[in-house]
Amino acid sequence: MADIVPTAVDDIPSAEVAEVDLYHARSWWTKYVFSQDAKVIAVQYSCTAIAIGLVALVLSWLMRLQLGFPESFSFIDASDYYQFITMHGMIMVIYLLTALFLGGFGNYLIPLMVGARDMVFPYVNMLSFWVYLLAVAVLVASFFVPGGPTGAGWTLYPPQAILSGTPGSEYGIILMLVSLALFIIGFTMGGLNYVVTVLQARTRGMTLMRLPLTVWGIFVATILALLAFPALFVGCVMMIFDRVLGSSFFMPAIVEMGQQLSYGGGSPLLFQHLFWFFGHPEVYIVALPAFGIVSDLLSVHARRHIFGYRMMVWAIVIIGALSFVVWAHHMYVSGMNPWFGFFFATTTLIIAVPTALKVYNWALTLWRANIQFTLPMLFALGFIVTFVNGGITGLFLGNVVVDVPLSDTMFVVAHFHMVMGVAPILVIFGAIYHWYPLMTGRMLDEKMGQFHFWVTFVGAYTIFLPLHYLGLLGVPRRYFEMGETSFIPASAQDLNAFVTVVALIVGFAQIVFLFNLFRSLRHGKVAGRNPWKAASLEWQTDDVPPGHGNFGEHLPVVYRWAYDYSVPGAPDDFIPQNVPSNAVAENHAEAPSAADGIEAPRT
Amino acid sequence: MNFFREITQKPWLTTDGPGGEIRDHGAFALPKATVGVRVFLVVVTVLFSLFAVAYSDRMAVADWRAMPEPWLLWPNTLMLILGSVALHGASLSARRGRMDDLRSRLCLAGAFSIAFLVGQALVWRELFALGYYAADNPANAFFYLLTALHGLHLLGGLGVLAWTVTRIYGGLEPEKFKRSVDLCAVYWHFLLVVWLILFGLLLFT
Repeated sequence: MADIVPTAVDDIPSAEVAEVDLYHARSWWTKYVFSQDAKVIAVQYSCTAIAIGLVALVLSWLMRLQLGFPESFSFIDASDYYQFITMHGMIMVIYLLTALFLGGFGNYLIPLMVGARDMVFPYVNMLSFWVYLLAVAVLVASFFVPGGPTGAGWTLYPPQAILSGTPGSEYGIILMLVSLALFIIGFTMGGLNYVVTVLQARTRGMTLMRLPLTVWGIFVATILALLAFPALFVGCVMMIFDRVLGSSFFMPAIVEMGQQLSYGGGSPLLFQHLFWFFGHPEVYIVALPAFGIVSDLLSVHARRHIFGYRMMVWAIVIIGALSFVVWAHHMYVSGMNPWFGFFFATTTLIIAVPTALKVYNWALTLWRANIQFTLPMLFALGFIVTFVNGGITGLFLGNVVVDVPLSDTMFVVAHFHMVMGVAPILVIFGAIYHWYPLMTGRMLDEKMGQFHFWVTFVGAYTIFLPLHYLGLLGVPRRYFEMGETSFIPASAQDLNAFVTVVALIVGFAQIVFLFNLFRSLRHGKVAGRNPWKAASLEWQTDDVPPGHGNFGEHLPVVYRWAYDYSVPGAPDDFIPQNVPSNAVAENHAEAPSAADGIEAPRT
Repeated sequence: MNFFREITQKPWLTTDGPGGEIRDHGAFALPKATVGVRVFLVVVTVLFSLFAVAYSDRMAVADWRAMPEPWLLWPNTLMLILGSVALHGASLSARRGRMDDLRSRLCLAGAFSIAFLVGQALVWRELFALGYYAADNPANAFFYLLTALHGLHLLGGLGVLAWTVTRIYGGLEPEKFKRSVDLCAVYWHFLLVVWLILFGLLLFT
């Protein structure tokens, strides 16, 4: 049993745990605006990400209106449509999902879950948010410059991205590239904080294998991002050179409007490799935090320990590593040696193994568990089903021979929306319903939440299952309108119109969710301390919401993992991480936080 | 911290004992700033490695015409080496508590680094005067791009160095400025190695 030797409390080296220099705000501005408190920064990140995400949501409605009812809206022309799809994709992937999972949840949860007072470099953390905000501002500015934002598609492939036929090729593309570069600089500042906080600022007793899987997911995703974003940075900087200084890194010799341009010899394929060397890990930068969070939601709301914790951790690490050797499966139709296609198809299929392992473990966590159909649980279950759906179509597209005919069709759109759009968004919703009581001290309204879940979940399937079918019919993506296309039946247009109507309804449900968020701030039911009876440290704070410094006078000491639910013989159905064995028999509803902690100065 | 030993622990096992089951949390026995700088250097290494890959890929195309190497690049390289040596000396002075040496060596390191940046700017001016523009050839564009990025990294380092010097003059406690000076030295050595590799790439291609 004991392959780990317990150590007496006094023998544990305190490392840096006691060396926390906590920054104290001296004015309203430094408390709420230029704050160095990770929790405030998390809220700033989240609000900014959701605000810009709403812009992307509106753009998706405009796209759907055009697709569902072509030639009905005079204010949408082909250029507008390309700008909508480009900005929608880029905002959703980078400025919403990445920022919300890592900047939002990462900032809020990492220090609380590892038992730290704050991030290790609070000033750099604050700068991270402001650089992110600047990146968002530059992106938004592109809507207002002559020519509007870029319409190059979210992949920004050269040469078309910077040629004059593409919308936004004057200023929009430059602002997009500058914004991305700024985002990466800002993220690097935040990412250093997340990684070093997890490695160095864990409280006593919090071994790596006692970390909640949420932290593991965010930790590994951050490492991926730190290693993958430089590829996008390189691509962006080199394309800025091509666009502004006229160099030919990516631009081949090309004729535009009958004129031979001065470009020559550049390699568009080089950009594609750089982009996807970032782009595929990006899928897991979004997915791994979602994996981690959903594991915790399932465990808490099923009152059962996560099944196969070690395998879950290893799977996260292995998926992270494998995500760097699959990138060219996005480029099967770009032309490559067949052996490379074989290699990348193989690695793509291998990545399904640890991913499937996680799905099995989630299912086994639920097996004979005391499942509570709370809102976080509903969203977590919705995620599992959706992720399996999206994952299976990923297996189709990972095979070269299947991918080639399906490439650039609506099937691809449906696949990636299921796997990295709907699935992670469901986790984000579940996580917000789960941690909102901790952040605000109030519960979100249950009825509005049920409405939000069912409309979003059923609506998402009603939108994207038909898109798979349209893709199989051969309906191409990125087409402003189909016109007369002999191999596509007229009924495909009816289906498109139906999808548009559903998309608008699902969009309305998100407005209800936002209303719930704001209304519950004042009128929500008071949550009290630890309303979900969770075992992880973030729920064991003295105050709800947690105050500055997170844990009162003393940092908690950790005695166990975060998944002691329904432990036989224990008086309650959960044992918080900071409850020692000899205190389990006592009532631990009020978990110790002050009497048994580490004295850490809050200077 | 042994990462592999850490991730093979079985967290669901509990052991009974008077103190419960506190285990060493297994952090690296290093200051957090040191870990932070090391992680950052990994990120910068990936960045420059990807530029090197892009460089070698683009170099294979027939239109590549190597640039001349202005002689000024050699004294510039010497400036950067001297800056790195001065910071190494400053690091030793900090450990030995020789404050006068420390201040003078830090200022010297800053001066050499600024001389390097000014030298690089002069190289750019010379190349512009000779008609080597980024648009003319990818070799030219890479030269400007890589030297600019390297210079920006050094400029960022100079900002941190200036902040450290200010804090030392402001009476920062020895333990903290020792660490700051050590980390500046590590960063300078790293940027020197990056420059030597870039310079080699420019010389031999």
